[in-house]
Amino acid sequence: MAKISLKKLKHSYYPAPKKPEDYALKEIDLSWLDGGAYALLGPSGCGKSTLLNIISGLLVPSEGHVLFDDKDVTMLTPAERNIAQVFQFPVIYDTMTVYNNLAFPLRNRGIEEARVDTRVREIAKMLELDEMLDRRASRLTPDNKQKISMGRGLVRDDVNVIMFDEPLTVIDPLLKWKLRSKLKELHQKTKATMIYVTHDQTEALTFADQVVVMQEGEIVQIGTPIELFERPAHTFVGHFIGSPGMNVLPCEIKDGKAYFQGDQVEIEGEINPTNSTKTELGVRPEFITFGKKGVPAVVKKIVDLGKHYVIECMCADFRVNVVSVSNQQNAGDAVHLSFKPQQTRVYADGWIASKDGSK
Amino acid sequence: MKTINQKGWFFVAPVVILVAFNALIPLMTVVNYSVQETFGNNLFLWQGLDWFQNLLRSDRFYGALGRQALFTSTILLIEIPLGVAIALAMPRKGIWVPVCLVLMSLPLLIPWNVVGAMWNIFTLPDIGLAGYFLNSVLGINYDMTQDPFAAWTTIIIMDVWHWTSLVVLLSYAGIISIPDPYYQAAKIDGASGWAVFWFIQLPKMKRVLTIAVLLRFMDSFNIYTEPFVLTGGGPGNATTLLSIDLVKTALGQFDLGPAAAMSLIYFAVTLLVSWIFYSYMTKDEE
Repeated sequence: MAKISLKKLKHSYYPAPKKPEDYALKEIDLSWLDGGAYALLGPSGCGKSTLLNIISGLLVPSEGHVLFDDKDVTMLTPAERNIAQVFQFPVIYDTMTVYNNLAFPLRNRGIEEARVDTRVREIAKMLELDEMLDRRASRLTPDNKQKISMGRGLVRDDVNVIMFDEPLTVIDPLLKWKLRSKLKELHQKTKATMIYVTHDQTEALTFADQVVVMQEGEIVQIGTPIELFERPAHTFVGHFIGSPGMNVLPCEIKDGKAYFQGDQVEIEGEINPTNSTKTELGVRPEFITFGKKGVPAVVKKIVDLGKHYVIECMCADFRVNVVSVSNQQNAGDAVHLSFKPQQTRVYADGWIASKDGSK
Repeated sequence: MKTINQKGWFFVAPVVILVAFNALIPLMTVVNYSVQETFGNNLFLWQGLDWFQNLLRSDRFYGALGRQALFTSTILLIEIPLGVAIALAMPRKGIWVPVCLVLMSLPLLIPWNVVGAMWNIFTLPDIGLAGYFLNSVLGINYDMTQDPFAAWTTIIIMDVWHWTSLVVLLSYAGIISIPDPYYQAAKIDGASGWAVFWFIQLPKMKRVLTIAVLLRFMDSFNIYTEPFVLTGGGPGNATTLLSIDLVKTALGQFDLGPAAAMSLIYFAVTLLVSWIFYSYMTKDEE
């Protein structure tokens, strides 16, 4: 187990990168504590898999360093780094039994058979694979195969970190949920550092204590699931997390006050002085209510999601989603929307530009 | 209740007709010949299973079958491992890939009788490059028209030269279809190069190798043109393989009945071995 630090990490798949767009990763500085459960969240192509492969040693970064505790491992091979990785598609050794699959990483490291046997049985039990140890691995269902992949990472009790690269992609939705809670349980039992890469916000938020949100090779925000939900540092995070995502509306800043469509909107706190021409308001659908006063709008569409309604309104040309447990509106109604001030923020050039009023 | 719909047969009809005309009907004429004696002029005499009995008691047939088995197993033992080894050594990325693939395909593009003629000339002791070099420079007595060992060496090298490429191309296709994560996982698990071959590459190549072995078995077991052009079955009967013997019987001696019986047994052996091999290789698959 180790603390993992990334120092000024950059990576480009081009031999001579010049422009910032040539980089798949643009300067990453990050530390992960020993024993934490982390998620790397971002859309496809944001560089999260690149980052993962750099940590595991399958890829050498163009610039920067990877440190395990205080040891520079940038140039070491995956085996030397002593890490484990679970891939998108279950990787199993077809000709081996489940038992031999799980024992493989230990045997390759010359560990004595008695120890191999106890470890394999222990991990198989944890993963509920103990019934099928003697079966050929190639005959199992995808979710059990993926469990074997995980198991091969877990059998070595000295791994520095276990990484998951969208491991639930090929699993049925129902089993996905089971495997996800299993993973959480395994983390609590083994206390291993785990990094989980995904583009699925539910997976990231349920698994991780800390979520790192990435976009276009950059880290946009690091925080607990609550922090990401309640106070997105960037409009991208607001959009990407939450369903539906945060409403982002263009606004004007005059004398330290925010105006949307000419109406002043109360926000969480003071607005940082900015020269930006692109200023926006961000408010989650969960924090908008219908009132007598507020921003005038017209109800366009109502979607019943069972436990709540998503009410789509139009304020002039801008769409505003409202989430509400009950609904008295009809499509076409003229309404007034009131934004909860503590949860309404100003963003300049995408980044948050208002001060947290609660502090 | 199940609806009965016989219209489906129309869709199968073309293939039934095709197979009938290119395989079943010709084969039936062979069956017809195999139970009769003919002296031409469309005159036939009933013989029953005599030809089969004679053949199965004849040393000549077992001699040819033995030589055939020796030839096929030798070339399989050389071509399969060699083909896999070359495929593993070939580059998987970059500009050398097409170069290697084209070079590998070249022997496959040469007509069989040309291959035979090429190797015949190549190994002639007086004017052939290899023959002259062996005899006059190295002083090894190498003449395949006189020495059975030289004749065997030549047909085996010729077949390896001609057909290893096929095994290479098939194995290569199997190797490049293995997704990267398998190699990455093996690295992470600390597997050695040998373990990667044994536990990842070989199992993933199993299907294409099964096909490669089958194709090479059938082709080499039925081989005719190349050894016929190269050695004509000689010296003596040393390289008279089954097909050469069959043609000698049918066209040389005009014994159509015995030749037909031999064809059927020949066909049955090829089919049986292929079937056993294929069933064995695919028994683990659902």
